[in-house]
Amino acid sequence: MGRFWSLLFLLVPVLGVGIFVWAAADIWPLRNHWLPEDISEHGIAIDSLFDFIMYLTGVIFIITGLAMFIFLWKYDAASNAKPVQFVHGNHVLEIVWSILPAAILLFIALYQLEPWSANKLARPSLPGPDGVLHTDDDLPMLPIAEVTGRQFEWRIRYAGKDGVIGTPDDLHTVNDLRLPIDQEIVLAIKSQDVLHSFFLPNFRVKQDVVPGMKQHVWFTATKTGAYDIVCAELCGWGHYKMKGRITIEHRDDYDQWIKDLESSQNLTELASR
Amino acid sequence: MSSHESSSDHASGRSVGDFISTYVFSRDHKIIGVQFLFSTLLWFLVGGLLALGIRWQLAWPWSNMPVIGRMLFSGEGGQISPEFYTMLFTMHATVMIFFVIIPILAGAFGNFLIPLMIGADDMAFPTLNMLSYWFMWPAFICIGASFFSAGNGAAAGWTSYPPLSAVPEAAPSSGTAQTLWLMGVTFVGVSSMMGSVNYLTTIIQMRAPGMTMFRLPLTIWAMFITAVLQAFALPVLTAAGFMQILDRVVGTGFFLPEGLVVNNSAPASGGGQPLLWQHLFWFYSHPAVYIMILPAMGMVSDILSCFSRKPIFGYKPMVYSISGIAGLGFIVWGHHMFVSGMNPVLGMTFMVATMMIALPSAVKVFNWLGTLWGGKIQFTTPMLFALSFVSMFVIGGLSGIFMAATPVDIFIHDTYFIVAHFHYVLFAGTAMAVFGAIYFWFPKMFGRMMNETWGKVHFFFTFVFLNGTFYTMHILGAVGFPRRLADPYHYETFRHLMPMNRFMTLCAIGMVSVQIIFAINFIMSIFSGKKVGRNPWGANSLEWTAPSPPGHGNFDFQPIVYRGPYEYGSPEVETDFYMQIEPPPKSDDEESLADDT
Repeated sequence: MGRFWSLLFLLVPVLGVGIFVWAAADIWPLRNHWLPEDISEHGIAIDSLFDFIMYLTGVIFIITGLAMFIFLWKYDAASNAKPVQFVHGNHVLEIVWSILPAAILLFIALYQLEPWSANKLARPSLPGPDGVLHTDDDLPMLPIAEVTGRQFEWRIRYAGKDGVIGTPDDLHTVNDLRLPIDQEIVLAIKSQDVLHSFFLPNFRVKQDVVPGMKQHVWFTATKTGAYDIVCAELCGWGHYKMKGRITIEHRDDYDQWIKDLESSQNLTELASR
Repeated sequence: MSSHESSSDHASGRSVGDFISTYVFSRDHKIIGVQFLFSTLLWFLVGGLLALGIRWQLAWPWSNMPVIGRMLFSGEGGQISPEFYTMLFTMHATVMIFFVIIPILAGAFGNFLIPLMIGADDMAFPTLNMLSYWFMWPAFICIGASFFSAGNGAAAGWTSYPPLSAVPEAAPSSGTAQTLWLMGVTFVGVSSMMGSVNYLTTIIQMRAPGMTMFRLPLTIWAMFITAVLQAFALPVLTAAGFMQILDRVVGTGFFLPEGLVVNNSAPASGGGQPLLWQHLFWFYSHPAVYIMILPAMGMVSDILSCFSRKPIFGYKPMVYSISGIAGLGFIVWGHHMFVSGMNPVLGMTFMVATMMIALPSAVKVFNWLGTLWGGKIQFTTPMLFALSFVSMFVIGGLSGIFMAATPVDIFIHDTYFIVAHFHYVLFAGTAMAVFGAIYFWFPKMFGRMMNETWGKVHFFFTFVFLNGTFYTMHILGAVGFPRRLADPYHYETFRHLMPMNRFMTLCAIGMVSVQIIFAINFIMSIFSGKKVGRNPWGANSLEWTAPSPPGHGNFDFQPIVYRGPYEYGSPEVETDFYMQIEPPPKSDDEESLADDT
């Protein structure tokens, strides 16, 4: 039976790696069973980090899995006539297999600092009074829109003509976020009631929205089309229904849409007078 | 009073003592351990069935559950409502973590094994030990009542994040259930605290002569470090739990900010911070992750060494890595909060600490492989489960690196990638180790063997089905499939994933079903398993020198320890094991040592 069990444990790395390769290669029936299409600029760094960690851990997975198989196969008591190796450890080996993983882990840790700070720390900025970008005088880029989560919808508020949110010319939509392509976008996100999480799978954006805090996300879209806005933090019984759409449009289409939104809101405003 | 005298005292008390003081309100660590074992196994069943409810909804959303649907949710026409689904995953996690994994490791095996393995006649504080079991009952009752209280049970996830958990209006159906849930978790905390104080004192004070710290089996080292973790982390959760109860019931605002508008009704007070709860919760619950795996690692080390018939590879590095995991375990809680709104600079420091905690885990895996190398491996049922722990823990450990990488975590946080990761660690890891430990120590607990053939059948199908259920979750996670959604197919991005979910559900049904084999084997073996002597596996540690099952007071002689517990295949003796109590063969230079003891 030792042979049988050894082979069973060999199946772990074989099938484990196999399924990942299968899904990543996009072969039926695992079509589209991998990272969804990335249409943001910063997502490339995240995806390549994912791939990098996958290759690295894949190698370790295969090595440990194979070692286990070989030991089980070779040292099965039923077939191994040699006396056991009466050893309590090996100082050199312990040092090697402590330092090697430590170096690899430290390398990953440093390698990822850059994409993390690009995503969460370095909010896009505009040239300040000195007219030059990337100096101490930079002004933070103002959000193009504000997204407010509440049970169970995304309320969206555009800045309007004056470019400032919270003024009478603001424009409102629900669950329908439209943004221009190829432009740095900053969104203000907040919550009115409980925790939500603003998750854009195709943009590699996720940020919990916390009531009482005002947060920002930023990205640049590289492709037009409509994509999901997913709520990724449990927010109540209707959590699964808290679905929005984000539509990336060419600049002209976007401007037209804003204009339409403005005129329809103005009509209502006129009618109310 | 020597342990020999005390054992005969208790033994005579037992023969006249009534049933209640012997088997119900018992102060004997073995009975308490078995009480914990039975209770947790029953809850294991409940937790498994709750999981099937979740899996049903993900495979055949909104369709009537066959047979049990009518029984469970007849009011809803046999369909799982979104509120009910929220309750399902909340209670699945709560039951599995607080009623199964933590108490089965520390409560059942900690209690049963610590005095036996260190050569003591009982715990340091037997009454406290009894209370630690009986304080689980208020918890059982609170959580049980929350199933049946008005509405649909606790609905804020096992993490109970405010404001959803703290403002009753945010989840109208949770009603009193959420309050009961908080009280239940607090009672578990009280029980664990009593246990951990007892374990620490016992291990420090009551070791048999000759049992130095570095002659302790790794199981005991793991239990010791786990007790330290519990003793230092639990007060934080208890305090946080009380704060949330106050927020919920009295109207304080520890976790509620100003200006909250929930369901059109503003809470009375504000000025608090929702993130504060997350910090306090994870300050306990991340060390708790190690509370849920370290004892399993210890038991696996013992089983692996025994059935490789070879000393454990790198005993001291194993001890240091357990300590390293525990120490670092206190400074990595923020990795649950990378995208929570916590300062991203803090995220960086937590990320570095998290990367480093992978190191002692890796060292342990390499040492387990080193233990197998050059041995004479016996593929017994406990060994198969222990081997699968190593094999599966590698998967759970490596997938952890993905989420420790902060930029990658932005994408996979709160997706099924995370769900895959912790099921690999907790089910494929800990639960499999627990099965192995049950098969291994069952003869000591009940004096009879479990059936080996059926044990292997149980292992094979559990192993296959668990991988079918959980490995595929990585793939879902790579697509970004979120957790905790009653109907993920609502989103275009995830619509095509239903066939894979159906496959997983079928595997999950298979996995739960084959546990019937285990249940029958377990119950039958208590009454009609093959009777065994003191040391059926040919193992070294002290518990195998006591009778099976040990009487009250454990040992019928005073154990004296001469060596570590892993001297398998020693050239000094003829047998392939060399028990800790066996005096060394007398040579000239050793004679003086033997005289000393």
